[in-house]
Amino acid sequence: MHRRGVGAGAIAKKKLAEAKYKERGTVLAEDQIVQMSKQLETFKSHLEEFASKHKQEIRKNSQFRVQFQEMCATIGVDPLASGKGFWSEMLGVGDFYYELGVQIIEVCLALKHRNGGLITLDELHQRVLKGRGKYAQDVSQDDLVRAIKKLKVMGNGFGMIPVGGSYLVQSVPAELNMDHTVVLQLAEKKGYVTVSEIKDSLKWEKERASHVLDHLLKEGLAWLDSQAAGEPQYWLPALFSELTSRDITPEEANQMTP
Amino acid sequence: MDRFSWSNGLLEINETLVIQQRGVRLYDGDDKAKLDVGVVLLSTHRLIWRDIKNHECCISMPLSQIIFFEEQAAGIGKSAKIVIHLHPPLVNKEPGPYQHSKYSYIKLSFKEHGQIEFYRRLTEEMTQKRWENTPVSQPISTGTGYFTTYVLLSSVSMQGGRTRAVGIVGIERKIEEKRKETDKNISEAFEDLSKLMVKAKEMVEVSRSIANKIKDKQGDITEDETIRFKSYLLSMGIANPVTRETHGSGTHYHMQLAKQLGDMLQAPLEERGGMMALTEVYCLVNRARGMELLSPEDLVNACKMFESLKLPLRLRVFDSGVMVVQLQSHSEEEMIASALDNVSEKGSLTAEEFAKLLGLSVLLSKERLLLAEKMGHLCRDDSVEGLRFYPNLF
Repeated sequence: MHRRGVGAGAIAKKKLAEAKYKERGTVLAEDQIVQMSKQLETFKSHLEEFASKHKQEIRKNSQFRVQFQEMCATIGVDPLASGKGFWSEMLGVGDFYYELGVQIIEVCLALKHRNGGLITLDELHQRVLKGRGKYAQDVSQDDLVRAIKKLKVMGNGFGMIPVGGSYLVQSVPAELNMDHTVVLQLAEKKGYVTVSEIKDSLKWEKERASHVLDHLLKEGLAWLDSQAAGEPQYWLPALFSELTSRDITPEEANQMTP
Repeated sequence: MDRFSWSNGLLEINETLVIQQRGVRLYDGDDKAKLDVGVVLLSTHRLIWRDIKNHECCISMPLSQIIFFEEQAAGIGKSAKIVIHLHPPLVNKEPGPYQHSKYSYIKLSFKEHGQIEFYRRLTEEMTQKRWENTPVSQPISTGTGYFTTYVLLSSVSMQGGRTRAVGIVGIERKIEEKRKETDKNISEAFEDLSKLMVKAKEMVEVSRSIANKIKDKQGDITEDETIRFKSYLLSMGIANPVTRETHGSGTHYHMQLAKQLGDMLQAPLEERGGMMALTEVYCLVNRARGMELLSPEDLVNACKMFESLKLPLRLRVFDSGVMVVQLQSHSEEEMIASALDNVSEKGSLTAEEFAKLLGLSVLLSKERLLLAEKMGHLCRDDSVEGLRFYPNLF
């Protein structure tokens, strides 16, 4: 990269530009950067004052956090962009969400062998709360959603699929298109779905339904119950209620496919 | 449900609150009662239920009405319940929400859990039958009785000018006071927050103006100034507008981070076959730090600088979008060769089997197999039984 602003010719050119701009009353970029550093110091002290009075509010009150995040978004500021940012350092918002990110990743990883990398936001919420222990701060589903949005930048396929009024959180880079999503939504009511149900509700051809279900099986997101009365049922472990399923080991999971 | 009577929810002098649980819906037998979700309270003498939104709607039943009770486990979309079987209603029972019911049992549906503790306490009270030892006066109905008891309670509690909180009314008053105080704090916090945001917005506008000037080349800025500007943006959490294309998102902070990571990740990477998913790195590093954690973006930006800083690590993005940090020394050829060797030796391998062999995560072992396939060394057999790789003999 060539260094700008070096050499007699460049200095002269710069002096000329300065003169021209000062004439027209506009300020140069460099001058503004100097100005900005002063304004930044001022802002920092305002933020410190705010933090000294209200830091607790952010940590304790999830409603306040939502307001805070929305206001930041409106003015074009991302308080979670960097741990080195003022917001993070002084308000402690950063550590709250980044730690939550770690807990989310760990829960998803621990359950992946069972649900293939798909989990309901409810279950994720419950398990994260459990892992945080009695004395940790309360965490809302909005907090989880924001933490997950940040995790996406690390490229590991974190995503959210709207299903039945809430979300399914995906934590593996499985390719899920509209067809897959729609079938997941259909399965949400009972935890499983059959080819006939897909044909009836969605008016799809049998081949299209089978294709989608096969893909879900392959990705480990669905299990096949070929002994169900009537026709085979495709169950989605992600949708099992916590109370009616027991934890299985990875070895058992491997034996589950037909 | 016809065993319940309307109540004001006030406890008697000898009556004590044992436990309460919110998020409870009542059932008349198997049918949902025509009431909303509320709070159920167990005292030494009665079972009380109150509507959460409408505190006037409060009903109670003496515990002596209960014959026996049992738990009903939760199911898919169904909360856990306690089923309570009841004696026929008393002849002189005060009016309640139901004149008559065809059922002789009710259910409590615990929408916000709490059924285990409630069941335990109910068992205790039904065993001890404390209401038999400390009889209270007739159940109080609305009307003159209310005022008498209320006055009685208040006078009992006024001692030395301090009001002691007694009974449900006292508890509610405390909660209300706390809520008012919290509300006051919150509105002040919101006010201060709005003022702060106005100032933050000014900073955003200044930075936009600078970025535009840089774009339009209104004045030359040096490299140092560029780096300084980027660090200001980082402090404020403002997305890096123009400069990102030409100079990247890295700052001194990220450079330092990159060097730290270079040191810190050597050993863990070696242990894991030279490669770790970025999410793994994120967890490892942040767990080690304990506080002043890295944001996901910090990590990505730091890793992007590995190459320019000539550190022996690389950030790599697979076709699937999976991002990993890998040791420079673990070259691509080596990985592919090792994949091919292992697959040939076993005849065929799935990602899970390969993972177990190498002690890698399933995600990363799959990426290696895919890479070897891409280079033409392996081919796949994709069925519902899973994805299996074979040496490519074509």
